[in-house]
Amino acid sequence: MYRYDEFDHALVAGRVDQFRGQVARRLAGELTEDEFRPLRLMNGLYLQLHAYMLRVAVPYGVLSSAQLRKLAHIARRYDKGYGHFTTRQNIQFNWPRLEETPDILDELAEVEMHAIQTSGNCIRNVTADQYAGVAAEEIEDPRVYAEIVRQWSTLHPEFSFLPRKFKIAFNGAAHDRAALRLHDIGLRLRRQGGQCGFEVMVGGGQGRTPMIAEIIRAFLPRRDLLAYLEAIMRVYNRFGRRDNKYKARIKILVHDLGAKAFAAKVEAEFETLRGGALDLPGAEVERIRRHFRPPPYDEIDDPVAWYDLKRREDKDFGDWARTNVGAHKRPGYAIANISLKPIGGVPGDATADQMDAVADLADRYSFGEIRITHEQNLVLPHVRKTDLFEFWQRLGAQDLATPNLGLVTDIIACPGLDYCGLATARSIPVAQAISTRFAALSRQHDIGELRLKISGCINACGHHHVGHIGILGLDKRGEEYYQITLGGRADADAALGKIIGPSFSATGVVDAVETIVETYLSIRRGGEEPFIATVVRTGLTPFKEALYGAH
Amino acid sequence: MIQIVTANRLADGLVVFRCSGGWTEDVTDAAQAGDAESAARLLGTAAVDVDACVIVDPYLIDLDEADAAPKLRREFIRASGPTVQVGFNRTRHGGDE
Repeated sequence: MYRYDEFDHALVAGRVDQFRGQVARRLAGELTEDEFRPLRLMNGLYLQLHAYMLRVAVPYGVLSSAQLRKLAHIARRYDKGYGHFTTRQNIQFNWPRLEETPDILDELAEVEMHAIQTSGNCIRNVTADQYAGVAAEEIEDPRVYAEIVRQWSTLHPEFSFLPRKFKIAFNGAAHDRAALRLHDIGLRLRRQGGQCGFEVMVGGGQGRTPMIAEIIRAFLPRRDLLAYLEAIMRVYNRFGRRDNKYKARIKILVHDLGAKAFAAKVEAEFETLRGGALDLPGAEVERIRRHFRPPPYDEIDDPVAWYDLKRREDKDFGDWARTNVGAHKRPGYAIANISLKPIGGVPGDATADQMDAVADLADRYSFGEIRITHEQNLVLPHVRKTDLFEFWQRLGAQDLATPNLGLVTDIIACPGLDYCGLATARSIPVAQAISTRFAALSRQHDIGELRLKISGCINACGHHHVGHIGILGLDKRGEEYYQITLGGRADADAALGKIIGPSFSATGVVDAVETIVETYLSIRRGGEEPFIATVVRTGLTPFKEALYGAH
Repeated sequence: MIQIVTANRLADGLVVFRCSGGWTEDVTDAAQAGDAESAARLLGTAAVDVDACVIVDPYLIDLDEADAAPKLRREFIRASGPTVQVGFNRTRHGGDE
């Protein structure tokens, strides 16, 4: 993985020193809260419903075991013994003290981490496919380019005060695991005529005005990556609205201008930048690529008989392997997914002990590497198939072997009104109730892949717009209500869910989800048609009728 | 209408309520104002502690007269903490079926 050079170290250390001084001046009364707020936000420190919240960047979701151990230490020493992994592949601590935050940032800097670009109207922490570099169906490793963009965008002076926040995602495999079309810019690696480049999509996003990104360039040669991104940012910075926060994201600009006209402006700007200082020479790409060299894999024959035998012999292991193990590009290896969605638990939360345990497992089985997914789970990217059984047993000891990846209990949920100052309703208790209702694994397997996503307000941090079943928490005259959408998806065929009808109470929404699932089971074709395919085929009508009657 | 003043303590960010001796984390110890005039006075005393860097963002909230708990759900949760178990993410219902 990428290791800091002297420049990176100096930049992060300088930033921590600067913030330490700012905190001291705030506590001494030399800065007012109005003066201090933007400074703390630039260092990832929010003031939430109960306390400060520190959001730590995990660039493109890649962590080392030493970094995860440090996060565990921070959770234990400075917080309440846990952290929350987010839909942006980051981690949030919910209870840090302002006066200790500079110390936390110092500790993070020791392991090459920081909280820069996790807030504010800048280019936020870049995200990527959690299987980057290991997916069997990968075209090209996106981490190389995500790192290049991280370096280019970090404290970029021209883009530190954009009209609004800005999110860039990369995916390098045939399968889109990074929700590219829901980002301000999505970059899909592809090959054309033996050349590597990107399909460029712009103007996706969720929130109160959800939109699917438009493709504005079918193929962008690799060396033009930064020049083209800079051109997009300049067009946005110049023409994006600053008069209305709710219309300030690039998606509104792309929509208002039309994708064609927007693309024309970008191309015109790009012509002035192309081949200049932002040209990305092959040698520089190779320099960064060296940081992402494959680990020293063993030569292993595949299929691995022992693994296949164990899957058959031990039903529980077989169940886990069925959903939580992904195909690795290297023979004899597997991608092991660790669900942070125990039945009835808090989606995305991990205790300090669990973080330490995963770090130890990563050292023992996965070359010390961990990934965070935007679906709020963890991944150990290189586990030998011969080790998987033992690995799974050790996971189970930490209650981390929930076999539910991609199933109905693998729910994305934002912190909601239990933690968030912006929320209008709670998300976590609804997730817990649904998870508990569908706890039986045989039933989950019968239902098959079902992406259920819950947000506690219209800002959509829980990605409800792109849930196969989406749930949005609302406040109606002091009561929590939940609106359901169906048919959303975040994959390469991205689509926004459609509202099914009047909203439900907190208890009613669990019954409503069950009715939707039962309706699906009764109308799916061949007993195996996936939930999302059924909704696409039938539309909302059968589900509406089941929920609200025929009228 | 009973009102109290809430804020966040600057140094640690925790939710606090104005009380006779200063600020308390316990909503039941909060100083109560029974009318608009005393509520404004209570909020005024809080402003001094904004300048003194003790607290940030003070504001008035309504209490339910029946049980003296914050009326709005948001304020109730803010006063009493998350409604879900904190820092213990384990399976509550073990096993299949």
